[in-house]
Amino acid sequence: MSTHTLSALVENKPGVLAHVAGLFSRRSFNISSLAVGPTADEAVSRMTIVVDGASTPVEQVIRQLDKLVRVIKVVELADDAAVERELALIKLAADPPARAQILQIAEVFGASVVDLAPESIVLEATGSAGKVEALLAVLAPYGIRELARTGRVGLDRGPSAITDHEGPGVPGPRAAVPEPLAHAS
Amino acid sequence: MQLTGAQALVRSLEQQGAEVVFGLPGGAILPAYDPLLTSSLRHILVRHEQGAGHAAEGYAWATGKPGVCIATSGPGATNLVTALADAYMDSVPMIAITGQVPSPLIGTDAFQEVDITGVTLPITKHNELVTRTDRIPAAIAEAFHIATTGRPGPVLVDISKDSLQSTAAWSWPPVMNLPGYRLPPAPDPARIAEAARMLHKSRRPVLYVGGGVIKSGTHEELRRLAEAAQAPVTTTLMARGAFPDTHPLALGMPGMHGCYAAVAALQEADLLVALGTRFDDRVTGQLAAFAPRAQIVHADIDPAEIGKNREPDVAIPGDLAVTLAALADAVAALTAAHGEPDTAAWRAATDHWKKQFPLRYTQEPDGPLKPQHVVERLSALTGGDAIILAGVGQHQMHAAQHYSFTKPRTWINSGGAGTMGFAVPAAMGAQAGRPGELVVAIDGDGCFQMTAQELATCAIEKLPIKVLVFNNGFLGMIRQWQELFYDERYSYSELGQAIPDYVKLAEAYGCVGLRCDRAGDVDAVLEKALAVSDVPTVVDFRVHDREGVFPMVPAGRPNDDIVLGPEFTAAEQQAAARREVSAR
Repeated sequence: MSTHTLSALVENKPGVLAHVAGLFSRRSFNISSLAVGPTADEAVSRMTIVVDGASTPVEQVIRQLDKLVRVIKVVELADDAAVERELALIKLAADPPARAQILQIAEVFGASVVDLAPESIVLEATGSAGKVEALLAVLAPYGIRELARTGRVGLDRGPSAITDHEGPGVPGPRAAVPEPLAHAS
Repeated sequence: MQLTGAQALVRSLEQQGAEVVFGLPGGAILPAYDPLLTSSLRHILVRHEQGAGHAAEGYAWATGKPGVCIATSGPGATNLVTALADAYMDSVPMIAITGQVPSPLIGTDAFQEVDITGVTLPITKHNELVTRTDRIPAAIAEAFHIATTGRPGPVLVDISKDSLQSTAAWSWPPVMNLPGYRLPPAPDPARIAEAARMLHKSRRPVLYVGGGVIKSGTHEELRRLAEAAQAPVTTTLMARGAFPDTHPLALGMPGMHGCYAAVAALQEADLLVALGTRFDDRVTGQLAAFAPRAQIVHADIDPAEIGKNREPDVAIPGDLAVTLAALADAVAALTAAHGEPDTAAWRAATDHWKKQFPLRYTQEPDGPLKPQHVVERLSALTGGDAIILAGVGQHQMHAAQHYSFTKPRTWINSGGAGTMGFAVPAAMGAQAGRPGELVVAIDGDGCFQMTAQELATCAIEKLPIKVLVFNNGFLGMIRQWQELFYDERYSYSELGQAIPDYVKLAEAYGCVGLRCDRAGDVDAVLEKALAVSDVPTVVDFRVHDREGVFPMVPAGRPNDDIVLGPEFTAAEQQAAARREVSAR
């Protein structure tokens, strides 16, 4: 599945997530994953949104997101010019014979053990979506009891920041946020 | 200075230049009504909040200034929803203020609590729940800024009752904080130059003009551009009045019930210059078959509209006020340097279509009264100078087709949302915004009955609107579709012509009530109605229930399948379908 990763800086205010999610539902855009978290500036949050490229007109998504008043900036992260990671917690039934094999697999994938009980094991895996998928495929025969994934987050490689991207239009008044983005040019 | 939130709200509205607000009080908004009593604002007490919403829209359409409406929490707020959706679809600048239950009660399912910011999220340009008194002035300032700049739209500010009652320090202007709100980009001069070259070179150009031209106040520039490019102009339902219907380059309205010449010109054009318009399905018909031979220049203030439905060859996002002026200059310069654009053959073809396939109906002197005849007589008697409103349906299409519009902001209707019941309250708002001018609502009997209660408001507020009810006893457009597409099975579309008695209803509301059912009486009745200047007037025009709206492109079909209707012979219909174009 071809996906597009959008990175958006949004105001850290109540209702912002509802505005973004509402836009996707109203316009029949499909979200594959959505991750929200704080940034270095407490007034600003970052949303990383993964959309399915086949069913969703990405240009249109970006332009519509740009129109949301609480969305400060939105860009698409280019595959070859960005680092993208997701984290997965994987709980497996692991009796002693299986455990050794699971630990071996975890080592190959650089996954760490975050919980170990007599009958179970929880792995933490971080990496590209592809890597996490590959690990899950290898672990599947052992029986995955439970799985929690964060959804993708990403940043541009190199010194450039999202705020360096050309956006459409003239930025709005920002008087009460003197320097909202410490890394802005 | 310390003010209550309620005082700050009213003063903020005054500071923003609001003159009229339409509203109806209730528990949660009650604190705001106290300072309203001594404010310079004119508050018009509606009979239903939907009326307040549409009145604010009508005010905005007619004046270009943002309309303001006020309602209480819960059902008061939800009654505004239809008007907000309508304003959102038609990009109408509007501020809706709603009361909310006290903030400690939010989320507890308190009496008259509705999450109105949640409800209106997809139908407002922006909305906000305010729970702090000191936030109120900035929230109002931001609401006006957002509603009126860029692509206009409705903004809802929901204010909790406790924040209206508490006090905070007052200062004006407040600091706006909208880091994510971007004003439109400056139009790219290189693309405007490219568009001008294409337009000057084109042999079969059409200026496809939408409501953005009216909103940006660029009708003069449009005329300059059309004349410099010698390009025919079609004005969409949202743009009626942006270009005079009396101008030789005017093609009339395009789309599902557009004039044949406009529809055919779009289909045969080699270049569309789309200005402040969004390739709506009611204009394009089946999108893949729309304007198949045309290159597209698309200029719009909303970058998200460009490429949404049709990918343009030249995209010019930005303010039309800049684009149109620059484009007209550039085409004029090309004409000065290289001579007039060669569109004579094309104009001959479009003129031929206008003459060959006009809007046609037959009014027998003693036959049933035709709605088109009433519109044409109104147009003649008012010299195209009145402010005309319509609801949604057959009467709306007949009005848009047959009234000869010559000026912007003289046509007000529900375009995108198709809201029945729009006309009477919107006329009230238009009249409040332009007192002393002739405001005429052309309404259907179905539409009229949805919001007729605002006649009481108009009578009491001395807003002498004229309401011409085209009473055919049916939900007419529904009847027409059932006739054409549902085997003439008229399932629940008949309302009956006799109930209510519109003359008595008008009189009960303190209005003048008149009736007319003969073509020969139309002028006299209209003259009588137009002469009333102190109270509203309602005219019950008993019109023919079989009259359809034509031409018609059936929904979802290509525009090439346009049906001229029963007034044309089979031979004429075939000639229209063949559409020989000498310019091609």
